Amino acid sequence: MAEPVERRILGRMSPSDEEIVINFGPQHPSTHGVIDFVTQTNGEIIRRSIPDIGYLHRGLEKIGEMVGYPGYMPFTDRIDYLAAMLANEGYAMAVERLLKLEVPPRAKYLRAIAGELCRISNHWVAVGTMASDIGASTPLTHALREREAINDLLEELCGARLTFNYARIGGVSFDAPEGWGEKILRYLDHLDSYVQEWDRLISLNQIYVKRLAKVAVISREKAIAYGLCGPNLRGSGIAWDTRRDLAYGAYPEFQFDVPVGQGKMGAVGDCWDRYAVRVLEMLESSKIIRQALAKLPEGEIMAKVARKPKPEAGEAMGRVESARGEMCYYVVSDGSENAYRVRVRTGSFMAMGIIEEMSQGLMIADLIALIASLDVVAPEIDR
Amino acid sequence: MKITTALDSTSLTTRYPKTALATTLFFMLALPFLLYVVLLLMLPFNQPETLDAVAKRFGWDLGHSPFRDTWYGVILLVEATIVSLYTAVFAGVTTWVERRIAGRMQSRIGPNRPGVFGFMSWVADAVKMLFKEDLIPAEADHLLFRAAPYFSMVGLTLPFVVLPFGESVIVADLNVGVFYVTATSAFVVVGILVSGWASNSKWALFGAVRGAAQVVSYEIPAGIAIMVPVLMAGTLSMQGIIRAQGGWPWQWFACQNPAAFVAFFIAVTASLAEGNRTPFDLPEAESELVAGYHAEYSGFRIALFLMVEWANMWIMGALAVTLFLGGWQIPGVSVETINQTRGPDVLPSLTWFCWEFVSLVVFAVKTWALVILFIWLRWTLPRVRVDQMMSLCWKYLVPGAFACFIFTLFWVMVPASVHLVSGVVISLGAALLLVKFALRTRKNIAQVKGARVDLSNW
Repeated sequence: MAEPVERRILGRMSPSDEEIVINFGPQHPSTHGVIDFVTQTNGEIIRRSIPDIGYLHRGLEKIGEMVGYPGYMPFTDRIDYLAAMLANEGYAMAVERLLKLEVPPRAKYLRAIAGELCRISNHWVAVGTMASDIGASTPLTHALREREAINDLLEELCGARLTFNYARIGGVSFDAPEGWGEKILRYLDHLDSYVQEWDRLISLNQIYVKRLAKVAVISREKAIAYGLCGPNLRGSGIAWDTRRDLAYGAYPEFQFDVPVGQGKMGAVGDCWDRYAVRVLEMLESSKIIRQALAKLPEGEIMAKVARKPKPEAGEAMGRVESARGEMCYYVVSDGSENAYRVRVRTGSFMAMGIIEEMSQGLMIADLIALIASLDVVAPEIDR
Repeated sequence: MKITTALDSTSLTTRYPKTALATTLFFMLALPFLLYVVLLLMLPFNQPETLDAVAKRFGWDLGHSPFRDTWYGVILLVEATIVSLYTAVFAGVTTWVERRIAGRMQSRIGPNRPGVFGFMSWVADAVKMLFKEDLIPAEADHLLFRAAPYFSMVGLTLPFVVLPFGESVIVADLNVGVFYVTATSAFVVVGILVSGWASNSKWALFGAVRGAAQVVSYEIPAGIAIMVPVLMAGTLSMQGIIRAQGGWPWQWFACQNPAAFVAFFIAVTASLAEGNRTPFDLPEAESELVAGYHAEYSGFRIALFLMVEWANMWIMGALAVTLFLGGWQIPGVSVETINQTRGPDVLPSLTWFCWEFVSLVVFAVKTWALVILFIWLRWTLPRVRVDQMMSLCWKYLVPGAFACFIFTLFWVMVPASVHLVSGVVISLGAALLLVKFALRTRKNIAQVKGARVDLSNW
């Protein structure tokens, strides 16, 4: 029988007389969700910290083999509940490739609009919880207040506020309601000016900057070696964005920049860079939504799909730029109603690997900053 | 899109039952008023000689009573109870004020259920805490675990002996008052250390060690900064320092002397750190140490810790007001004027009592202003890191405070006219900065376009 994970992790700890081993989690205010960081520290200085994951493992990949293709869509919401739109879209894309379906252009645009709104809402939570982990509690509630407006917009679109279940294989479930576009534009006007207030409140706060600058610097090479993706990768100065470099859906038709970490406050790839990339990405998402609303084509929102699709035997991959980095759905079909295998690669899981190396020599407060700056959510790690 | 949480605009009497309204109003207005009146009637007469004279005035020859010492002890005990009550009520009311302000700042509602505007929530909290299970972790050191909150309580209550409330309203105007406050308030750290050790929890130990390092380090810049007004007044007595200042802002020590202006900020920063308030709330950093030194505490023991934390804000504020901001001095009314209204009788005239009450109010308003500043800081700033906390203390505050001290040594030699000029210049400058800050804030608020969440939820 395999050795329990806890014992394997504890076996790698070698505390001297002056060191202690302490569990950050599974119940801890700063472990986003349910993760345990087994940490060997000498006073405030951390010797090593190893993430012990799996507390939230629900077998979501296995469920993908047990239910039909359309039936798996609500489960993808639960993989990343903070950016459920994007998780929906990835799975839909994988199955559409398997079925060799062409999605109607209006559906592609609606997916892009909903997805970018969801990205903004996710980034609000990310930057807000990061501020709260650094000790400032007010930015979190302000961020959640901003997110609430997006929840309202998405609720108007699909009726749900968290687990949207909006994308369908071959399109989307609902068309945009009357007057929805104007409401989005009004929110985006607010967002673009509000980000400046946000920067004054927290991003450029001297205590905040000093807490994050030059802390846990992830170099370009290390970021690539550990397979980081999304804002964590871009924070290290690598301009890789699936939306631009492997353009899918409606994205080839939009003009937008890919913000990367520039080491403005210290070194390229420090915690502040990863944070700043997220703030800037919200503004880029706002640009994308404006363009999409301006060009939104008329027409169908669903392609013709069988109620129980049976794709030919084969395999397909759906890669989307989720809020936490590249999210890949790898779906294998054996020609039956259920998938033979569903595999999900997520950004949070990739970010877990680098924590052990980066945590060495950090202080306890810096470890919290590092975890917060990687923006992990436990369900996405464990699935 | 627009989230509205505004209450309807009906009047208070229709929104709340009359009993709730009456109880809240009583607690909100009458309780502090009564406490202040009791303090005013008791504290000016608590010296043995005055007590004897007052008793004689009412036909009671206490001075020659065989139980004179016993009576005196009883009266002191009553006074101690009233002052402790004052700290408890202040701590309770401050929790409510803090939660309301935090709610406003965070665009949420805050406590609004018990009583009008949720004012009774602090009473509800205290009652709830009292009825909680008395829980001591099995592996904890039982005796020390129980003792720790009382160490903190001692550190809280002892400084109140020399903290002035008004012109003559002070328990004891010790001639080493300032020194006594810095010495006794350090008892709080004993409570923090003992609680962290006795809890037998790694989080609590982390918090306790952080707390000890922090409080002990910041005693030093605080101590040196406090020496600046002591030098200017030439006395360690709290009342003596206030009497050396005046009522108008340009007569305050903070404005009279550029070094004292700097020392004021150093002292406030250091007292924030000693009181474990954000940005120096490292000993109980929630996102790092779960709850720090009081992680294992619950029920009334944590209520005691929290009470110490909030009531400490009064000490922090009152000390800064006393030393730098003119204390209870009423603008335009000198101490002599007040003393002249006293009259020849042992019992002072009503006019005197009125002036005394005004001085009480002046002191309370200034202290509350600082307390609200501390609350504002707490809900705005992130937390500093341990090494930054230490380097701020030893690399900036200690040398800065020392430079202020040296500067003041020479400053006390310059003629009084220079003091007046610099007082006017610095107080005008500070007022201009405040105006600029307000204008800038208005501009910033106007800059955000579109729907903001409605904040009329108060």
